[in-house]
Amino acid sequence: MLDNALRFLSLADANVRFVLLGSLLIGATGGMLGSFAVLRRRSLLGDALAHAALPGVALAYLATGSKSLPVLLFGATVAGVLGVLLIQFITQYTRVKADSAIGIVLSVFFGIGIVLLTHIQRAGGGNQSGLDKFLFGQAASMVGDDLRVMTVLTAVIIVAVLALYKEFKALIFDAGFLSTLGFSARKVDAMLMGLIVLTVMVGLQAVGVVLIAAMLITPAVAARFWSERLGTMVVISTAFGGVSGVVGTFVSSLAPRIPTGPVMVLVATLFFVVSALCAPSRGMLARWRRHRHNAERERRHHFLRAFIELSNKESRNTLPASSLAVELGWKVSRVERLGRKLARQGYAQRSDGLWYLTDAGVEEGIFIVKSHRLWEHYLYYRSILDADHVDRPADEVEHLLTPEIIADLEQILAEERGIDPDEVVNIHGTLSHYRRGGRE
Amino acid sequence: MELDSAFWIILTGSLASASCALLGTFLVLRKMSLLGDALSHAVLPGIAIAFLLSDSRAIIPMFVGAALCGLLTTLLIEAFHRKWNVQEDASIGIVFTALFALGVVLVTAYAGQVDLDQECVLYGEIAYTPWDTLIWNGVDVGPRPVWILGVVFILNILFVCTLYKELKIASFDSAMAMAVGVNATLIHYLLMGMVSLTTVAAFESVGAILVVAMFIVPGASAYLWSDRLVTILCLAVLFGVLSAWVGYWIAGIWDSSIAGAIVTVAGAIFLLSLLFSPNQGVIARLWQRAALSVQVAQDHMLLALVRRFEVDETHRSSREELLQAASVSHLVSRLALRSLEKSRLVVHDSQGWALAAGGKQEALRLLRNHRLWETYLSGLGLPENRVHGPADAVEHFIGRQLAAELGAEVDQSMDPQGKRIPLSDD
Repeated sequence: MLDNALRFLSLADANVRFVLLGSLLIGATGGMLGSFAVLRRRSLLGDALAHAALPGVALAYLATGSKSLPVLLFGATVAGVLGVLLIQFITQYTRVKADSAIGIVLSVFFGIGIVLLTHIQRAGGGNQSGLDKFLFGQAASMVGDDLRVMTVLTAVIIVAVLALYKEFKALIFDAGFLSTLGFSARKVDAMLMGLIVLTVMVGLQAVGVVLIAAMLITPAVAARFWSERLGTMVVISTAFGGVSGVVGTFVSSLAPRIPTGPVMVLVATLFFVVSALCAPSRGMLARWRRHRHNAERERRHHFLRAFIELSNKESRNTLPASSLAVELGWKVSRVERLGRKLARQGYAQRSDGLWYLTDAGVEEGIFIVKSHRLWEHYLYYRSILDADHVDRPADEVEHLLTPEIIADLEQILAEERGIDPDEVVNIHGTLSHYRRGGRE
Repeated sequence: MELDSAFWIILTGSLASASCALLGTFLVLRKMSLLGDALSHAVLPGIAIAFLLSDSRAIIPMFVGAALCGLLTTLLIEAFHRKWNVQEDASIGIVFTALFALGVVLVTAYAGQVDLDQECVLYGEIAYTPWDTLIWNGVDVGPRPVWILGVVFILNILFVCTLYKELKIASFDSAMAMAVGVNATLIHYLLMGMVSLTTVAAFESVGAILVVAMFIVPGASAYLWSDRLVTILCLAVLFGVLSAWVGYWIAGIWDSSIAGAIVTVAGAIFLLSLLFSPNQGVIARLWQRAALSVQVAQDHMLLALVRRFEVDETHRSSREELLQAASVSHLVSRLALRSLEKSRLVVHDSQGWALAAGGKQEALRLLRNHRLWETYLSGLGLPENRVHGPADAVEHFIGRQLAAELGAEVDQSMDPQGKRIPLSDD
């Protein structure tokens, strides 16, 4: 196994170079076209297309007796396109929905392919094994000629994507806009579909019909986590695909029995998992952190508002944890714990067993109280809700109000109701005394 | 022995097809075909791991492994879709390809150790069914797959019968289902569970990919023939069994995989349904469309004749004039003219074509409809020169009732161009 790995890594063997370059091209074009396919919501059409290609491969072999790649790929393309057209026909002319149509074409064409393949195997004698690689893929079976075919096809795909990039972008995000520019959305869509067909055909030998859809879907969805821009997404997806192709081929070459396709797919899935977990802003960890941050801020807001309300009520600026706990409806230990945290962050202090707020705490607290009250007023005066029902919504919204919204609210309420923003009375009638610098 | 093994293989195929068809119908109706597809691929690692751990084809570990995988698939697809905003089909694609790839790697990596290989994954081993016998108390009680699939088939029938109402309502109107207190989520997971179970049972016989066809294709074919759920279910099962029979026969003639042939036949049944179903079929629809365009052409010819008649009662139109008036393809207008002549609505002599008595009545009715509609549209505020086109399109579809209502609505004497509206004949 180690020998194998070394031989592979040294790139001494010409065939190894072919295979690696081929896998790189396949993975990269898959990733590139996949971005468009996924965003155009055509993810599983690629799957149907690939499965439908199988009988084409077998028929091309039966008809010509040749195993040369161009001949087989021609058969595959014809069958694949026929499958896609059939899906469109079924959805257009019958009440069978798109999902069933895809499933039917995919599985029936595959079934026909299996019938033909098994027939070839049983009738053909010795040299039958060549077509098996189209099922799960065998990158190692690529030779110089195959690579030449592939290079030409990938070059065509790349040039076409570069030339049609803007049109594809418009098609994905706003097909109506595309038509106003004077393009036919249907034609652009057909061109995209054609390129997807070509991409699938390029990868068929190395990845296999069963799993090649993943080389379109998985790198693209993984890349989507990293960027909000199409260009960046395409580049990342291409890179993910290319690396998956190379690593997949390398790993599967260590154990010759294992087909390439599944390994490539697993590597791509790894990229997906890492992206889903670690990507900034859209990744799970980032979202979890954001969520925690928000929850923490909410707790802080509750603490500060409760503190200020209570100290208004009792007209004192230092409070014991026990009365805060009653006000908040929390356990004393929870109040103490949050208090210690806020002390570390500089919002509150404790002396002689009593809590008081620092300047930062007072500032943020007053802002929150004001947010809460202003929102209550807003809901009440705009007659959205009764006085008894405004506390809960305000409780939820107070954390989200920005200084700009507060300014707007102040203006609206001052203009419509003559409410002085510095004297915000809550609608139950209690006056808010707590002012900045009100602490003795 | 020959007949005997054929019997067992066909029985296995029929049981597998029927079990799948029963559940698959609901997948089709609930627009979950692709989820079913994903699920049947994704149970592979579960089956493979169960094989590796138990070192045998013991069915219980396989069911457990597959059920866990099935649950994982459904949950993951849901999670990616809901929590990460990945499109549903993309998340289906990612999850099932990843799990299936894992399964294939496991199967091939340990191919020497377990009695499971790529071929089995792809198209099963239904041909070996007769030799995979179950020995119970020292007695040979028949092939093991038949027993397993038989039990699963009965379970599926029980499932569908017990939850028939719930499944029906959840399939056709999930909002209604929620409103009447049917737990649609529970139904969803139960259905997915049964699909996983059935996939495992059918796996050895037909493999993980072809089983998808057995789920979806018979149900979709049956859906083209009927609007009643019971009928659809029965037809789906029938189609499934039929494809197992014919598939076995074809695989025998043209030496090839039996499972593949069964699926091919199922596909052929779908194609036939697609073409020949009486109201959903393509041919029926094309026929309806052709009949309609002949009808429209006839109407146009009658109108052309009656308009001439209004001006000059002795006018005779030439054949070319009439064909032109139909404003459709030449073939259709010729058909229409022949049919008019046959039903004695028009007559012709050496000078040309004219309306017969019956034709005149029909033509006046059409003309009345046309002008009533024009008047109505003009009353709605459409300019005079824009009312002819719409009326031309609608005149064929105005029935007695609507004509009466229109007559009551508008001034019956004149149309917007100042032409007389013919009186109603009743």
